[in-house]
Amino acid sequence: MSRLRFGYVTGPVLGALWLFVLATTLAVLMSFATGDPFRPAGLWSLLWGAALGLGLVALHLGKWTVSLATAAAFILLAVIGIGPVASGETASTSWKLVGSGALGLAAGWSLQVILGHLPGLGTLTRHEFEEAVIRFLTGFGYIFFTAIVAIPFYVMVMTSLKNQSELIQNPLDFTIDLSQGWGLFRSYVELFADFNFGNYLWTSFYVSVLTVFLTLAFSIPGAYAVARLRFRGRAAFSRSILLIYMVPMIVLALPIYIAFSMTGLRNTIFGIVLIYPVTTIPVALYMLQGYFRGLPAEVEEAGLMDGLSRLAVIWKITLPLSLPALASVSLYVFMIAWNEFLLAFMLLDDPSKFTLTRGIASLNSSEIPRQHLMAGAVVATVPIMALFLGLERFMTKGLTAGSVKG
Amino acid sequence: MSDSTGPASGPPRGTGPLLKREARLAWGLLFPTLAIVSAVVVLPLLAIFWISFKPIGLADLRPPAPVVRESLRGSDDSLRLQYRVRNSSQSEPITGVTLSDSLPDSLTVLTADPRCTFEGADFTCDLGDLDGGGRDEVEIFVALQGDEDAAEEAAEGTDPRMTGRSTNILTNFEFTLENFDRIFSGDEFWGVLGVTIFYTVFGTLGALIFGLFAAMLLNKEFRGQGILRGLYLFPYVAPVIAVAFAWIILFDPFSGSANALLIQMGVTTSSINFFGERPLALIMVTVFEIWRYFPLSFLFILARMQSIDTDMYEAADMDGASPFQKFWYLSLPQLLGILSVLFLLRFIWTFNKFDDIFLLTGGNAGTRTLTVNVYEQAFAISNIGAGAAVAVVVFCCLVLFSIFFFRYVSQEEGL
Repeated sequence: MSRLRFGYVTGPVLGALWLFVLATTLAVLMSFATGDPFRPAGLWSLLWGAALGLGLVALHLGKWTVSLATAAAFILLAVIGIGPVASGETASTSWKLVGSGALGLAAGWSLQVILGHLPGLGTLTRHEFEEAVIRFLTGFGYIFFTAIVAIPFYVMVMTSLKNQSELIQNPLDFTIDLSQGWGLFRSYVELFADFNFGNYLWTSFYVSVLTVFLTLAFSIPGAYAVARLRFRGRAAFSRSILLIYMVPMIVLALPIYIAFSMTGLRNTIFGIVLIYPVTTIPVALYMLQGYFRGLPAEVEEAGLMDGLSRLAVIWKITLPLSLPALASVSLYVFMIAWNEFLLAFMLLDDPSKFTLTRGIASLNSSEIPRQHLMAGAVVATVPIMALFLGLERFMTKGLTAGSVKG
Repeated sequence: MSDSTGPASGPPRGTGPLLKREARLAWGLLFPTLAIVSAVVVLPLLAIFWISFKPIGLADLRPPAPVVRESLRGSDDSLRLQYRVRNSSQSEPITGVTLSDSLPDSLTVLTADPRCTFEGADFTCDLGDLDGGGRDEVEIFVALQGDEDAAEEAAEGTDPRMTGRSTNILTNFEFTLENFDRIFSGDEFWGVLGVTIFYTVFGTLGALIFGLFAAMLLNKEFRGQGILRGLYLFPYVAPVIAVAFAWIILFDPFSGSANALLIQMGVTTSSINFFGERPLALIMVTVFEIWRYFPLSFLFILARMQSIDTDMYEAADMDGASPFQKFWYLSLPQLLGILSVLFLLRFIWTFNKFDDIFLLTGGNAGTRTLTVNVYEQAFAISNIGAGAAVAVVVFCCLVLFSIFFFRYVSQEEGL
């Protein structure tokens, strides 16, 4: 480690790695955005990155000077053909130059942030060295995580807006032909018109809402009893909640399938509404009992002293106090019910009774074009995302409180 | 509590009336939950143990029953009503089979099967026992008055009623170890177990490490932190079916963007079948698992990080600790508790995971885990008994993990 702690080593090494990361990012970005072939030029990007890093450590220039100078240099290199981003023959020159310029600006500015605090080419202290490495890793982390999360969702949305021949022709072209106007959304129109997706959406919605209400109706009294009341077997009970919470659904799904087949509950929405709350009650119990324990018992005792019964105390004191927790639990349960796939897949066969996830599974066939499948995926994802982003505070709390479950 | 021999000695012991009332109320409040959870969790668990010792296939779910087809055949002298009876099961016998029907007005009986007794137009035939896969036939010769087509329609219009007793394989007391024998014999089971262990261990560890990395990125105040945090949670919040199909399309060997990108960058020359080749498919489903669940560990670790006292870091700064030293000697020990809890819980949940692999590969190309095997055995091979036997194995593993969990971890983090 200590051999690396020289300005003339740290600067070029981090610079080379960083420019390679940036060049790859930019190449992917430009390929997706324009459909033209771009790729990072491995050796050139490492070489120019090392040069840039060395220069930055040695010369100590201002942020803007570095950025503009790098941008100009990269455009020049691109014209000669030895820039950090290479492009195929079909790529348009203007995009190539714009891309190189943008890469230069970004690289100059960010490398200045990563390496700017290094004193010079000589020996570095451990602090200075590790600080530079951490800044590099931080930058890399932001790019990496954003890319791995965003790309699948981006591909999902864009695929749903294209048609089969466009997809086969160039799988990297995610440009949107805005001249089509509403024609862009034809997959969605077909889903709702021909594939009955309006119905599935409604079924999923009311099944999820019913699940939330049923879950709360069962778990609030149960959680209160476990959290507040003294009775024999409370500790064992509290533990068995967590244990039940860990039983895999596939183990239960088999007997449930058999029982439902024999009683005629298979293939009915009633059966689904019956079974969904049971999968969510242990989660809700676990989350709510934790919250109820945190509430001050004194307030409830005051209510009892003033002559309220236990049930009235729950209704008039505990529940109003725990509204935020109830919101979190409801959201979380709604999410589980909305995303549930296994039971819907096993228990529903009749297309008129499908939930959204079951409907999407039925789109997965070679006869149905894949933009329909992706449009279906978007239809299922957007409501839960909107709900999540709108109520993020509750959702995050709910997730941390109870979601050890997958 | 009341001591008759002398003055009260000390405070009352045992259960007082107030405490009794409280316990009664508690059980009252818990009763609905207990009832429904035991109906849908405990009963199925018992059922799965029961079924795992039974030689039962998907087709046996319907108990054997006599099936009848009725037709009017022949003409003039040989005109007869024919009832063909068969046993719906190929193996199980049905005892005490009876057939009853009524004749339409346009037909009168000439001669009938000796097993049948008539009461006016109605008749009942006692057919005795039907072996597994057995067939029987009842013929009643009749005379026709009026149009033949109308009579045929009238005769077949009344549905014959069948009765019979059969033993249902689900409820009888016939047991076998065949299912366990079948799943444990052969190399397949150990292959499946190996895949499960690889998937579980690396999926869990990967999700933890990436979660830790992401948490460190977001453990500081900056503009856009909320947006990034929301974005990083997307994989977990989105429906599994949507993201699984998005991955399948992204990594499609023929027209997937990932392959096109790799070829364009010169990493590979021919497209890679990510979810279809043997070692690669397992790695890909593990990567998917990491991708989908790193947000969860990230959320927990971030919450724990934000509750670490900053004084400690200031003290370390005074002492001249470097950033890596601070992470290694201060942050990591503080996070060890939550990391171990997360590891165990995620380990159990990844072990139990079914949907992800089922949607991505269907358990093909060497990705069949124990849970996928439950489905494979029960529905693809239609052997419910073997499926149940695998489910029992899964459940036993789970019990082992939970014992470990409750013994060593739960006290630490108060779970």
